[in-house]
Amino acid sequence: MNSAAAPAASDALAARAHQFEDAEQQHHASWLGMWVFLATEVMFFGGMFTCYAFYRAGYPGAFAAASNQLDVLLGAINTAVLIGSSLTMALAVYSAETGSRRATVNFLLLTILLGAIFLGIKSYEYHEKFVEHFVPGAAFRFEGPFARPAEIFFSFYFAMTGMHALHMVIGIGLLAVIAIKARRGRFSPAYYTPVELTGLYWHFVDLVWIFLFPLLYLVGRHL
Amino acid sequence: MNGAPREHYLNVDYGIRSWLFTTDHKRIAWLYLLSLTLFFFIGGFFATLIRIELLTPQGDLVQSETYNKFFTMHGVTMIFFFLIPSIPAVLGNFLIPMMIGARDMAFPRLNLASWYLFMFGGIFTLAAAAAGGVDTGWTFYTPYSSIYSNTHVVLTVVGVFITGFSSILTGLNFIVTIHKMRAPGLTWFRLPLFVWSHYATSIIFILGTPVIAITLLLVGLERVFHLGIFDPARGGDPVLFQHLFWFYSHPAVYIMILPAMGVVSELIAAFSRKRIFGYTFVAFASLAIAVIGFLVWGHHMFVAGESVHSAMIFSFLSFLVAIPSAVKVFNWTATLHKGSISYDAPMLYALGFIGLFTIGGLTGLFLATLGFDIHVHDTYFVVAHFHYIMVGGSVMAYLGGIHFWWPKMTGRTYPEPVARIAALIVFLGFNLTFFPQFVLGYVGMPRRYHAYPPEFQVLNVFSSAGASILAVGYVLPLIYLVWSLRYGRVAGANPWDARGLEWQTPSPPPTHNFDTVPRVTEAAYAYDKEPEEVYEFGSSPSRV
Repeated sequence: MNSAAAPAASDALAARAHQFEDAEQQHHASWLGMWVFLATEVMFFGGMFTCYAFYRAGYPGAFAAASNQLDVLLGAINTAVLIGSSLTMALAVYSAETGSRRATVNFLLLTILLGAIFLGIKSYEYHEKFVEHFVPGAAFRFEGPFARPAEIFFSFYFAMTGMHALHMVIGIGLLAVIAIKARRGRFSPAYYTPVELTGLYWHFVDLVWIFLFPLLYLVGRHL
Repeated sequence: MNGAPREHYLNVDYGIRSWLFTTDHKRIAWLYLLSLTLFFFIGGFFATLIRIELLTPQGDLVQSETYNKFFTMHGVTMIFFFLIPSIPAVLGNFLIPMMIGARDMAFPRLNLASWYLFMFGGIFTLAAAAAGGVDTGWTFYTPYSSIYSNTHVVLTVVGVFITGFSSILTGLNFIVTIHKMRAPGLTWFRLPLFVWSHYATSIIFILGTPVIAITLLLVGLERVFHLGIFDPARGGDPVLFQHLFWFYSHPAVYIMILPAMGVVSELIAAFSRKRIFGYTFVAFASLAIAVIGFLVWGHHMFVAGESVHSAMIFSFLSFLVAIPSAVKVFNWTATLHKGSISYDAPMLYALGFIGLFTIGGLTGLFLATLGFDIHVHDTYFVVAHFHYIMVGGSVMAYLGGIHFWWPKMTGRTYPEPVARIAALIVFLGFNLTFFPQFVLGYVGMPRRYHAYPPEFQVLNVFSSAGASILAVGYVLPLIYLVWSLRYGRVAGANPWDARGLEWQTPSPPPTHNFDTVPRVTEAAYAYDKEPEEVYEFGSSPSRV
């Protein structure tokens, strides 16, 4: 209708949704929206961390004994894999910012690959714990005096890492969508908000693991 | 402009698809209004059954197990599917973009997704009701809910869990919209208090709701996979559940009352023709209630084995909530002083709100007092107290708001005389229903029983009689508001001669709310000036 106030960058105009005045307002809104969402995620995981802290304080010996049953090597490898994926994610955002499309796509795919490796190792660990009867419920077996609180430890182990893994799966789905869009040339140095925001989400999920790893795998190492 | 009818958000498109796939915040508000009305009457249906059972001392209508399901379904439906979303999802959705001069919410598709999540969760809960109901009480206390109850706990919990994400995303949308979408010149301290109160509510939505989500998820997992987190037989702690539950569910009370306070601020100003006295204090009182509200959850657990020291601290913090609440009540009263007051139906609801909220709030102080709480814990005193806040407060404000903005939403005015009568009926019916319950609780009638000693009957009959009057008061607006859609007088842009930005555009508004981007030059409630002096609708067209 009225083109007098059209912004200079035409690609930015194409990406602007109708409710915003300009691309900058849209970018700021999306950015704030993602940070608010991450705040809700902190509270979501925070509920479980609170429960964990409560029982760890109540059953320190049992938590140490149960923690010793986890495979620290696999956990450490997974930690390295995830930190590596955060690096590739950051590089993908940088590539999008500097407008190199190929590098953006490649780094996104690399991030997906590292995420998949993490989930693969995690599934292997789940399988081992299943075989060793560490899954809470009727089949749970734990030698020694700590059987009941150890079951609570494993309840948290599965609930927390499971919820984290679910977030990883969602993250990989988002990365796949972003990678396809990047390949089709939807992003430019003027507009790459989705890459940036998916990156924020991915880093958050990594950060959760940075807390989970010592809380679940390293408790027993002091003893 | 003459000739063809003006295009607005209601007639721009017809058909079911244009509603189910809309991203217009005004149409989404209608989707919520219709679904919430449905849930309100479902919840009311269970309340009716409860009141009929309590008409006589004997448990003669239903068995106690069935009665447990009645009050659970009443509570779950009313709290999670009516009261928590009510004002934010309907009035907030409709009004916040208009009040701040925006074309829509920051994330319109997310807004629609929130409604679908809400309905999806609602269907789970209704399915649980249809399959035989749930009997844990709306509080889902463990270990009863996680181990012993043989009813549909998982289905209900999943429904509440899903609906929680609707709240979270609505809160997120409000926060971003209020931060980033305000019209030129509309600084934070020129915002209507309705917007401030919704901002405070949104903070609770985004910080509290995820905690109840994970808590209910753990209860569900515990039932399905037999985890032992809340099971004392396996080393778990059921009281931990209560902590987590009330960490959300106490702030949830403020989710219900803060938006209501926002509505009342608008109504008091409009019908006293005055600026709100102490605007800044009222605005910050909303934030203070939201923040302090996160620190008082322990007052639900005074008799659950809490240590004396924590109980004293929680008691003290609960008293603190009275300060910002009283700031609001006193400032509304001061606004009325020397105002040019008219008693239209919305104002009757607003005045009713102030009185009933004050009673509900003051009895809240009784309950925050340790000694008294131990005496009346889990009695009808508590039931009366929270109904004064939730029904006397939130529902009154919701109805007042619906009446006040009805001309904006529909372009028609409701019939004023019958609306005033309905407002009075609601007020009388409400007090007759719930005031006797204060007395019942004080003399010792416990909540959640379907039979009681005969000496409590007189007051219970009063209460049930009041409930039937209240029902009339709720059905009347349903009838005449629907009637007014077709036969109501055409309202015009600003039938109340109000100063809010939402009144400076035609009724019903165009899809993009404003034809040109408004510029705001004054604080809200400039009832001492003409709207033309407050808003400039300049040359820059609202780009579409």
